[in-house]
Amino acid sequence: MDPIQSLIKELAVKHGRKRESLLPVLQGVVEQERYLSEHSMIEIARELDLPAAEVYGTATFYSFLEHRKMGRFIIRICKTISCSMKGKNQVLLAIQDMLKISTGETTPDGRFSLVETNCLGLCHKAPAMLINEEVYTDLTPEKVREILSDYMKK
Amino acid sequence: MAESYHLLKRADFIFRNENDWEEILTKTIKRTPQDIINELISSELKGRGGAGFPTGLKWKITAEAKSAEKYVICNADEGEPGTFKDREILSRVPYKVLTAMAVCAHIIGSKKGIIYLRGEYHSLKEALEKTISEFEYYCKKIKLDFSIEVFMGSGAYICGEETALFESLEGHRGEPRNKPPYPTIKGYMDKPTVINNVETLAHTFTIFKYGAKKFYDLGVQFSRGTKLFSVSGDTPKPGIYELELGMSLQDFVNEFGDGDTKAVQVGGASGFLVPRKKFQETAIGYQGKLTGISLPTGGSMMIYNSSRSMFNVLDNYLEFFREESCGQCTPCRVGCQQLLIGIKAVKRGERPAQYLDKLLKLTETMQLTAKCGLGQSVANSFASIVENFREEMIY
Ligand code: SF4
Ligand code: FES
Repeated sequence: MDPIQSLIKELAVKHGRKRESLLPVLQGVVEQERYLSEHSMIEIARELDLPAAEVYGTATFYSFLEHRKMGRFIIRICKTISCSMKGKNQVLLAIQDMLKISTGETTPDGRFSLVETNCLGLCHKAPAMLINEEVYTDLTPEKVREILSDYMKK
Repeated sequence: MAESYHLLKRADFIFRNENDWEEILTKTIKRTPQDIINELISSELKGRGGAGFPTGLKWKITAEAKSAEKYVICNADEGEPGTFKDREILSRVPYKVLTAMAVCAHIIGSKKGIIYLRGEYHSLKEALEKTISEFEYYCKKIKLDFSIEVFMGSGAYICGEETALFESLEGHRGEPRNKPPYPTIKGYMDKPTVINNVETLAHTFTIFKYGAKKFYDLGVQFSRGTKLFSVSGDTPKPGIYELELGMSLQDFVNEFGDGDTKAVQVGGASGFLVPRKKFQETAIGYQGKLTGISLPTGGSMMIYNSSRSMFNVLDNYLEFFREESCGQCTPCRVGCQQLLIGIKAVKRGERPAQYLDKLLKLTETMQLTAKCGLGQSVANSFASIVENFREEMIY
């Protein structure tokens, strides 16, 4: 059994094999792998006895269930109105400049992915972003450079 | 005679730290379900998520539904742009929400509660689960058979729509269902379900503790009680404020604006934009006989000053809707895309200004034919922005 198969088995034991378990299982794989490969989606379908197309169709509906290979740290910067009014673009440029990637890309060393996302519910502390589950607010280009250099050491 | 709106009044119930939730829970569930429901109905509490359905009535219908299995669901999928109150409630006073869920379960005859927490709020999960286990421990002690599970969303605004939320919980794409049947009869797993917003549940705690009258005496006719407002944008005081319902938008702006407020978006991207000249006649509350216009809101209040381009604002909203439309029905899926393409074409001069009227017609069609609130409500922000700031859309 490859590591993905055993991870999926484990998750199926933990959450059950009912249809209601699908999201928690998908989330569990994403937590480990940072994305859902075709292989893992097929394995999940097998394990939960669902058509693979159903698994794919459900997974791709949710923006946090990535189905492209992602970096170890996923940076999600909010592009909705309050953040955009408070200088989100400058922050985004600072990130792009530092990581040398554009939005939607992953650094060649596989460490960082950068995506834009919709309102994070932190509009009073705009601009805001998430790095994996961690919350960062009141961003400025300087602040984001500091945050990222810390991550680069990880 | 219609009751007029009142001055802006601050309140402090929701975040007031009450360390007697155990006592409130024990005391409340000793009362008869009928008695508690009557109290909720007489408080006139309406859902704080935006739609404004009377909470007591919702609990009553579900209590009367015949089924061995029922559910209590807390909707913590707060995704409306400009709204961030539920996050604060769940991190500062989670036990109020849990207590309310347990009382509701007791009344309707349910053993299982679920908190659907949006994926973006993952960082709240651990602490919340810890509070839940303490809470469940206490429930066992008083022989209340009730457990609560936290279910994480995965980034989809539409899952805040209650039937889409059920679909998501059941392991499907979060696509809204047809209504009726309503959740009170056929909700999660097709069983009778009470689904309430986080803030609504927190308010019921206030009512259990202080009584319906206390709540009813706040606010104005048809809009009773207090409400949390999430204030963002061009304001020196961004943050969350608990205010009595029924204040005029002018008073709100006087308090929270920066002196140069040009417009306020009430109710988030799916709400209404109110221009300066209508601040005085607009009140914040539920539909009812307030003087002038009365706007409901899930709490999002976004303030724009005169440095902002309303075209950019609308453009940003439409992009949001285009991405968040579940795609299930054509008026919304195609409509959102066409609106976005359309306003850009007008701005670039590729289409004449009259084209905006065609787009307005399109939003009317969406309002009539879209399956759920998302597609229907695009018309709110679109029409209120285009009609009030037409020149900014063109030049
Ligand atoms: S109106 Fe939009 S979000 Fe609602 S069901 Fe139709 S496509 Fe989905
Ligand atoms: S607009 Fe960025 S967090 Fe709400």
